[in-house]
Amino acid sequence: MRPVYMVAGGVSKFAKARPTVTFQQMVAEAFDAALAQVPALTPEQIDGSVASYFSDHFQRQLMAGIMVQDYLGLCPKPSKRVEGGGATGGLCFQTAWEAVASGRMEVCVAYGFETMSRVNTWKGNEFIALASDVSFDFPLGGFYTGYYAMMVVRHMHEFGTTVEQLARVSVKNHRNACHNPYAQKRLRLTIEDVRAAPMVAYPLTLLDVCVMSDGAAACILASEEMAAKLTDAPVRITGVGTGTDTMRMADRPHGEVLLLPHESPADYKGLKYPGVHSFRAGRTAAIQAYKMAGVTNPPRELDFVELHDAYTSSEIQTYEDLGLCRYGEGGSFVESGKADLGGLVPVNPSGGLLACGHPVGATGLMQAVFAFWQLQGRIGTHFGDSTLQVPKARRGLIHSHAGTGTYITVTIMEAV
Amino acid sequence: MVDPQPASEQSPERRHPPRLEETEEGAVLFNVPFPSDLSQLKGMSPIIAKWPYQINYIHSYGQDSPFFAGLANKKLLGTRCSRCGTAYGTPRLRCMGCGGECDWFELPRRGRVHTWTTCYFSGEAYLDETPFHLILVEWENVATLFLSRLVGCESADISIGMQVEARFRRNSKFNVADVYFVRAPKQT
Repeated sequence: MRPVYMVAGGVSKFAKARPTVTFQQMVAEAFDAALAQVPALTPEQIDGSVASYFSDHFQRQLMAGIMVQDYLGLCPKPSKRVEGGGATGGLCFQTAWEAVASGRMEVCVAYGFETMSRVNTWKGNEFIALASDVSFDFPLGGFYTGYYAMMVVRHMHEFGTTVEQLARVSVKNHRNACHNPYAQKRLRLTIEDVRAAPMVAYPLTLLDVCVMSDGAAACILASEEMAAKLTDAPVRITGVGTGTDTMRMADRPHGEVLLLPHESPADYKGLKYPGVHSFRAGRTAAIQAYKMAGVTNPPRELDFVELHDAYTSSEIQTYEDLGLCRYGEGGSFVESGKADLGGLVPVNPSGGLLACGHPVGATGLMQAVFAFWQLQGRIGTHFGDSTLQVPKARRGLIHSHAGTGTYITVTIMEAV
Repeated sequence: MVDPQPASEQSPERRHPPRLEETEEGAVLFNVPFPSDLSQLKGMSPIIAKWPYQINYIHSYGQDSPFFAGLANKKLLGTRCSRCGTAYGTPRLRCMGCGGECDWFELPRRGRVHTWTTCYFSGEAYLDETPFHLILVEWENVATLFLSRLVGCESADISIGMQVEARFRRNSKFNVADVYFVRAPKQT
C-alpha cells in the first residue's frame, strides 16, 4: 500500500433542520469549501468518490448517493455508497483511503450527509433503533439511549464511575464548542445543569445525549504525488483500523481483555471483557491503527483525539478502548482534566457529537475535517478563533462508532 | 454501585419546561404566493409537504421461530452448541465461537439482573409505555444475556444481581415482548 494524504476538507454548518436546501446542496456546500483549499485541483483530476449516509428512511430516497454524485458534477466517475450505522463516515473515509492506497485512484472524494429533520425526534429514534435486532431488541422500546444507559449502569457497577463524571464530558464538549462556529449547540454548562436536565434513560439526561442534525461533510484524499501538487500542508493518514461486534448487546462475550502494547494481563485480573461495559470493536480497531502507525503509548504519542461521543458515557468507555487510560479509569480520566484542552490528551476539542451535532453520515467525515485543520495548524483560520487549536499538533486520532459498538473505525492522521 | 432515582430529585418545572405542545398537523395548502420577478425566486422559503408512509412487512422469524412458539407456550428457550457446549441466553442456531449447530433448551425461569435502566422516552411506537424498565438477564453457565422488560417495581427497587423471574403474556403477540420479568418471589 502506498502513502495517502488528506489535502482538503469542508463541513456544512450542522443544524437541527436545514429545510432551505436539499441534501445534494448541503453536500455541495461542504465540497465547495474543500475545493477552495485546493485551487490547483481540476475536475478531471478527481478519479472518483465514496458516499456516506446511514439511513434511507430519513430521506425516503434510495440511491441518494448517486443524486449527490450527479449534483456535484462527478458523473460518470466511479462511486459507491458505504454504510455501517454511526460509523458510516469513518468507514467512508477508510474506503476512500483504500482507493488511493491501492493505486486505483490518485484523488478520491469522501462525502457524507444526513437529513434527520425530515421526521420528528421520536420517529427518528425509532429509525435509529431499527439498527438494533428487530426481532429481539427493537420491540422492547425501540430506543438506543436505553441500550447505552444499560451499558453505563454496568460500567458504574464494575468500576465505580459516577454520574458527575459523565456530566463532566458534557460540560467539556459543550464548552469547547463555544469556539467552534460549525457546532450546533454551544453551551456553558455546569455539572448540576447536566444532572438537572430531563432524564432520558437513567442515568443519561438530555445533556448526556447527542442531538439529531442536518449536515454534510467532504474530504479530499490524494496520493503523495498529487498531494505535493495540490497543497503545502498535506496530512498523512498513517494508521487505519476497523473492528466489529455482535448486533445484539446481549450477545457480547465475557472473556479476556485484548491488550495494547503498554498494558499487561495483570492490569485486568478478574475483569470479564468486553461484557456490556466496553467496546471490543473499538479496542480491535485501535490495536490495528496503532500497529500501523507505530504508536506504542497512545496517551503520550497522540496530541488530540476526536471520538464518537454520541453519549457522555460512550466517550468515557472509549477513552479506555483507545488505551488513553486503563479500563475502569475513564471516569477519573475526564474528572482530572486529562481530556480537556491543555490536558494530557485533549478529547473532542471541536465539541464532539454532543455539541457539534450528529448528522450520522457526515459525522465521521466532520471529525476528519476538524482533525485535518488541527494538524495543519489552521483551526484559527477556519473557526475565526484559535482557542481550540492544539499547540504543535503533530498526530491526531479520529474514531467513528456504530450501534452498541458494532462497527468501529480508528484512523490516525499526522502532520507532514 | 448505582444510585437510582435522581430524576425524582428534580422539580417538575426543571424536568419538563413549560411549552406549547407541538403537533404535526399542518394546514393543507393549495397555492403559494409567486413573484413576477423571477430573480427573487432564490430567496423563496422552502415548500415543506407532509408525506405519509405506512407499510406492512411480512416478517419471518425463520430458524428462530421456535423461540416465539415457546413464548406462546410459556417457555423461554435458549440454544446450546452441539459441538462446544456454549449456551446462549438469546437464541442463535449457529455457534459464534466454533460455528457448530446449536440445539434448543429451556432456560430457567429465574435469572439475575446483569444491568438495567429506566426509559423516560423511547422510539415513537413505545412512547405511550414510558416510563419502563429494561434489563439484561443473566443465568449461571449461560454465556450470553437476554434483553427484556422488568415490570411491577420502581427504579429504586432495581439492583444488579437481583433475582428476576420470567412471566408470559396470555395473548401472545408473537414478538419478543411476549416474555417479561418481575422481581422473583421469595422461594419457599
